[in-house]
Amino acid sequence: MGFLKPFLRASFRHGIHPDPHKGDTASRPIQRFPFPDRLVLHLDQNIGKPSLPIVKKGQEVVRGEPVAVADDFVSVPLHSPATGIVRGIELMPTARGPKTRAILIDVYHGSTQEVLYSVKRPLHILPRTDLLRAIQETGMVGLGGAAFPTHVKMTLPPGQEYEIHTLVVNGAECEPFLTTDHRVMLEQTEDLIRGVRYALEATEAKQAIIGIEDNKMDAVHAVAAAIEPDDPITVQAVPAKYPQGAEKMLIRSLLGLEVPPRALPASVGVVVSNVGTLAQLGYLLPRGEGLIERVITVTGAGIKRPGNYRVPIGTPIRFLLEEVGFEGEAAEIILGGPMMGMSASSLDTPVTKGMSGILVLNEKAIEQEAENIYPCIKCARCVQACPMYLNPSEMGQLAAKREYEQMESRFHLTDCFECGCCSYVCPSNIPLVQYFRIAKAMNREKAKA
Amino acid sequence: MPIFKKPQIEVRTSPHIARHQSVADIMLNVVLALLPILAYAVWLFGLSVIALTAVVMATCLGTERLFAYLSGRPNPLGDWSSTITALLLALTLPPGFPLWMAAVAGFVGIAMGKALFGGIGYNVFNPALIGRAFVQAAFPVSITTWAPGLFEGRFTSFIPTTFTPPFLSPPAIADWVKAVSLDGFSGATPLALQKFQHVQAPLNDLLIGSTAGSAGETPALLILVCGLYLAFRHMLDWRIPVAVMGGAVLTDLPFYLLDPVRYPDPLFVLTSGGLMLGAWFMASDMVGSPLTTRGVIIYGALIGFLTVIIRLFGGLTEGVMYAILLGNASTPLIDRYTQPKVFGTVRKKEESQ
Ligand code: SF4
Ligand code: SF4
Repeated sequence: MGFLKPFLRASFRHGIHPDPHKGDTASRPIQRFPFPDRLVLHLDQNIGKPSLPIVKKGQEVVRGEPVAVADDFVSVPLHSPATGIVRGIELMPTARGPKTRAILIDVYHGSTQEVLYSVKRPLHILPRTDLLRAIQETGMVGLGGAAFPTHVKMTLPPGQEYEIHTLVVNGAECEPFLTTDHRVMLEQTEDLIRGVRYALEATEAKQAIIGIEDNKMDAVHAVAAAIEPDDPITVQAVPAKYPQGAEKMLIRSLLGLEVPPRALPASVGVVVSNVGTLAQLGYLLPRGEGLIERVITVTGAGIKRPGNYRVPIGTPIRFLLEEVGFEGEAAEIILGGPMMGMSASSLDTPVTKGMSGILVLNEKAIEQEAENIYPCIKCARCVQACPMYLNPSEMGQLAAKREYEQMESRFHLTDCFECGCCSYVCPSNIPLVQYFRIAKAMNREKAKA
Repeated sequence: MPIFKKPQIEVRTSPHIARHQSVADIMLNVVLALLPILAYAVWLFGLSVIALTAVVMATCLGTERLFAYLSGRPNPLGDWSSTITALLLALTLPPGFPLWMAAVAGFVGIAMGKALFGGIGYNVFNPALIGRAFVQAAFPVSITTWAPGLFEGRFTSFIPTTFTPPFLSPPAIADWVKAVSLDGFSGATPLALQKFQHVQAPLNDLLIGSTAGSAGETPALLILVCGLYLAFRHMLDWRIPVAVMGGAVLTDLPFYLLDPVRYPDPLFVLTSGGLMLGAWFMASDMVGSPLTTRGVIIYGALIGFLTVIIRLFGGLTEGVMYAILLGNASTPLIDRYTQPKVFGTVRKKEESQ
């Protein structure tokens, strides 16, 4: 519909319009969640090096106290979300499957919600490096799902000549079902703007643009109203379209810039941060506290009280589902959104810093999925949906023939970021993304050998 | 806890949701879009078209089933694609085409046009056109024997050629035509009249389809409406028919401007022969057309161009069928040269600054 372009808000090309399913939770204010009996704090919740534990079995910890420190620059500390006693450091199941080390904390009954530990700093006079260090000490990672340490993102890769001109604040929340960012923008508007100001300082960007999908105009207005006249911050509505919240897509929508394949947004002078992350940063930094809870959308089939909850990190999913009155039989539990989220392999998996939602699908929803797989009918829907302008059709056919190397050499497999648009539209039900994941893994193995 | 009676939860990979428009949904809609055209053909030619469609349908579906059985694939009829092939084939044959020849066309179309390539999705050419091309070569007379539309007694009797016994030539129908048609029916298609006698059929007749031609190719307006329905439901890439029609008009225009008597006007080009049906329902077949937008525009324009060139300068009066087959054949090549450019590799913005 190119002729309509002048009348539409600028956006990236391609993409899809899945049913948003946000109605159940979008209007529900964030509620605080109770403590479970035991918290499971995985040491490897962030991208980069796992945190290094500094507590021992039997040690008492208070809410907010650090229990693990950053082991490297690309690493973050962990803080205890509740007052209690360290039960031990053991291998526990993760969402991905393999068990990894986690600090177990038995929560005292009647543990207070008050944060008992903080390190206050004179933020307004800190030089940039110290500000970045302060950010690292909050334990902040990208809350949108990537779990990339926030302070690393705001630091330029060493030896690079880029100059950051714009901080893009990602309020797109394009994944169906998820409404956490939406609620945070409405309820923590002041925190968000404060966080944006810190991020502007930390990145030395000249301006910040907050991009919000136009199905959340209430958030657009709320955020715009909170900006002071001398803030170099603007709010821009972008069309509701998946994957608008992907970094490269949002940059393209807001600034018209395309980040080259395999390059970071910094290569076009941009740093992207999620609204949830910056709101949390704006809340934690002045208080000198660490990241101990996060907002999660819990929704789906059989859940009596769907909503947005502020949940202590480390809360097991089983406890969480019981508390929201889950009834019926879960067939699949998705951590994150339905397009890019991960299936939980165990109910003992805890909430992690990067988890933005829990979505329960029932038997029926799954059965609908399990339709026949047809051969590719070359309908080109995947080609017209792929936001990276790849050719999923040809790649899918090569994958079926196990020609994984050709997928890379001729069709740029590595540029696929597994957004799922192609699988979503494919009328032949070809599990394209799954094929691509397998192909990438095979190519990686081959490269190692 | 009683809540989790069933401890097994399924682990699947993302994305966990999908748009529920399956291959069968798309194909079924194409079938639905073809039904009005078929109904119109029945109204024009009566029982003969019903018999023709039934025979082609039976052979196409039977052949599809047979080959699936032989190669151990599951029953493929649920995807409706061979139903489409059958309908398109029936609509592109002359209404009085001998039924045994129609059966040959159906068999060849599915067997050589589709099954040999490996079934749905793997065929290079449009199977209906393969069947049509085969009988065009094998039975050159029957394929150009036209019956007048709306002839008397079409709902009580058949066109004499319909029931030609197998392996025999059909009877001549000139006398029958004279007996049943009210006005002087010449037995020639508008394309032939235009080409050899430079007589152009009135646009009205072409639009409503009261001209000589294959069973379902004549009502240009109806075909356009049915095609638009599919385009609006996103079950057909509208760029393909538009490119075909655009290519045809642009190719014809210079000739028409040079010599308007000898060469047809562009509107005639669009509305006569099988161009409408071909553009909307055959060139647009997903399997045989390129993947990218640039690709389908080149492909469509090529088909339009070839159609007009064959019509104006070839030995045949109609070229749509061969043009589409040539278009199908060039699809892999077009695909190769119109690969999408990966996001971020075309940095026009920066270069121009
Ligand atoms: S998953 Fe990969 S190939 Fe598929 S649409 Fe997304 S980026 Fe393109
Ligand atoms: S969407 Fe599916 S059927 Fe269509 S071209 Fe892509 S892979 Fe093939």
